[in-house]
Amino acid sequence: MKLLTHNMLTSHVKGVTKGYPLIIKATEVKVNELDFNAQFVSRMIPKLEWPALVQAAEWLGQSQELPDTLIPDYENDEEFLRKVHRVLLEVEVIEGCLQCPESGREFPISKGVPNMLLNEGE
Amino acid sequence: MESSRSVRRTKEEKKLLRRQIKASHTLLKHEDITTVSHPTKHLVVSNGGLGNGVSRESLLEVLKEGGTVESLLTPPSKPYAFVSYSSIEAGQNAYTLLNGRTLQCQDQTMTLYFSYVVKVDCDRSVSCALPPGLSVLEDFVSLEEELQILKAVDWTPHADDVTAQKALKHRRVKHYGYEFRYDNNNVDKDKPLPGGLPVECDALLQRCLAGGHISVLPDQLTVNQYQSGQGIPPHVDTHSPFEDTILSLSLGAKTVMDFKHPDGRSVAVVLPERSLLVMKGESRYLWTHGITPRKFDVVPVSETGGSGVMTSDLSNLTLSRRDTRTSLTFRKIRHTPCNCAYPSVCDSQRPPSPPVVPVAEGDACRLESQYVHQVYEEISSHFSSTRHSPWPKVRDFLLSLPPGSFLADVGCGNGKYLGINPAVRAVGCDRSVNLVQICIERGYDAFVSDALSVPLRRGSCDACISIAVIHHFATQERRRAAVRELIRLIKVGGRALIYVWAMEQEYNNQKSKYLKEEASGSSREGGEELKTEENKAIQKEEHDRNMISDIRCTDDGLSNVTQPKIHVHTNRTAFLSQDLLVPWHLKGNMENKKGAASGCADIPVENAKQKPVFHRYYHVFQQGELEELCLGVKGVKVLRSYHDQGNWCVELEKTHGNFSIIAAGK
Repeated sequence: MKLLTHNMLTSHVKGVTKGYPLIIKATEVKVNELDFNAQFVSRMIPKLEWPALVQAAEWLGQSQELPDTLIPDYENDEEFLRKVHRVLLEVEVIEGCLQCPESGREFPISKGVPNMLLNEGE
Repeated sequence: MESSRSVRRTKEEKKLLRRQIKASHTLLKHEDITTVSHPTKHLVVSNGGLGNGVSRESLLEVLKEGGTVESLLTPPSKPYAFVSYSSIEAGQNAYTLLNGRTLQCQDQTMTLYFSYVVKVDCDRSVSCALPPGLSVLEDFVSLEEELQILKAVDWTPHADDVTAQKALKHRRVKHYGYEFRYDNNNVDKDKPLPGGLPVECDALLQRCLAGGHISVLPDQLTVNQYQSGQGIPPHVDTHSPFEDTILSLSLGAKTVMDFKHPDGRSVAVVLPERSLLVMKGESRYLWTHGITPRKFDVVPVSETGGSGVMTSDLSNLTLSRRDTRTSLTFRKIRHTPCNCAYPSVCDSQRPPSPPVVPVAEGDACRLESQYVHQVYEEISSHFSSTRHSPWPKVRDFLLSLPPGSFLADVGCGNGKYLGINPAVRAVGCDRSVNLVQICIERGYDAFVSDALSVPLRRGSCDACISIAVIHHFATQERRRAAVRELIRLIKVGGRALIYVWAMEQEYNNQKSKYLKEEASGSSREGGEELKTEENKAIQKEEHDRNMISDIRCTDDGLSNVTQPKIHVHTNRTAFLSQDLLVPWHLKGNMENKKGAASGCADIPVENAKQKPVFHRYYHVFQQGELEELCLGVKGVKVLRSYHDQGNWCVELEKTHGNFSIIAAGK
């Protein structure tokens, strides 16, 4: 699971109102080098929940000194875009789980696949 | 006068010539028979075949006018016959004399056209081996016995009749011992009919016992009466209610019974009057048997007392008019589950009868779990290997998205749409862990979730696609909820593309690829996508199996007042109902099984050939149904809707937000 995916995921447990962001409990994290595309990354940034991304990177020990608030004029800051590229697309959780911050329900991540299935009635 | 007469004659000759040439072209085109222009002793007689309703005897009478007939071959159900004369001269003479001759047969007039052939290139006999385990014992009962038994079967209805009697669509039927129920093709084993079997049958059953044809006396008898032109659809007698050996006595008239193996082999067996048919083993368990409804049968000519089993010597076939035939089928009720070697056709060894269309949410969930989720998990790797070609119009939609768009593919399967547009950030989800695993291995982003509850933030996507997913939900409410959930994910102004399988596989006079591939022999599975290969024999098997289950529908005179059953669809045919089970023939295990079998020679061939068949539930959509479904969801408008290769498709736009409060989180 990449952090870009994590940034979109939310808890969907019945009755939960504050299910975002999901807490990451990782036991295995991998970093896969990928081609850097400045334009692609800068197009992603406005669609992100920025604080959730920073939080997620910290949980994985991959914060890359990302600022708590999004910097202005990031489109032209290649160093910044490279950091975001790494956190968003290169860092991957292989094993662990995602936890709903409100209900505590855990969703396993196995071989990189988050399993978000709920049981009947959940 | 003189000249006009000659012109007229020429005209008629021309007409005859034209028709004769046309006939020889037809022979070449459809039958691969090459005719020649120079005289020979062999001729093919177009319109003189058993298939035209021309009997061997009446044709022979005409042919003899031309000279000495050496042989006459009449292939069954073909519109021609082959005649060989003793010499070329005789052949030429027959040609001149008989070409264009009309023949009155049954209700119509046939014009015979003759063409020369170099040799009669026609297998004189088709396979005539009987199905294993089958035998026909001629003259098993005497004429007196026949009369006695026929008299014992009293067809006049009585109010207090002890035997169950019914007039079925195609024949009359009466049961003794136990009633055979056509609604479930079974018997109530704890409800024997009073009276047992008629005493008139005792003697012949004792002879069966003495002759070793049976080891225990039967306790169930079904009497069928067929008028000329009536028949019975191909079927295998249900395994679970009856023991192995089945006896069938033919009285009153002969008939031809067709036996078919699931691999397509077919054998016609003549059942003369007073003969006893004994079906055991493979012929009882695996081969279907049936009687084609028709008034004439193709039978061997030489009948010294009714020559019994089928001979297919083409020099020896003619037509026989059917008379009223009464058959007595004796069976022994089985009290333990069948454990035969043919699980593909064994109801004891197969999952229970098909599910019904669900109404309650819980039933729908269970149905989807068993007939969608579990199946995709089982077939995932074979399924994925057949899913590689994106549909052009889905690709167009994906390529139309602005760079940087967020896309969710809900029901992404093996992820074949996730990488189409690299400028788009795509995430997929699917119910199948195995399929999502394949996506991840391909480097795509995906997670496991249900399409009714996707754990993505409300309005987090610019676009969503749902390709061949919503037809797997078993109630309209759940199908609508799936659309609603899709719309929840997109932002206002975002677009969603939905594809579902269409009931109408033929649209604007165009057959969908799903149907067309059948004819061309190549293959697609599940209307959706390209499939690597398909085995004709498997389709045939499936078809035959469906024929068996069809009996349930055709002979059951009673309508079902409860929810309709979900029937198994025959691959690559038109849909007969909206809710159905579509077979998936698993490949890939075969090699493994073969490998295992090669070390162990005594595995029965049938078992080695068994390939697992899975059934996926589908609700196929009728025209307009998808749009209506979407319009039941607030805050969307239909941008366009269309039919694309056997699918109904809509493109939606979200016009308002915040209608639904189902979503948790943001």
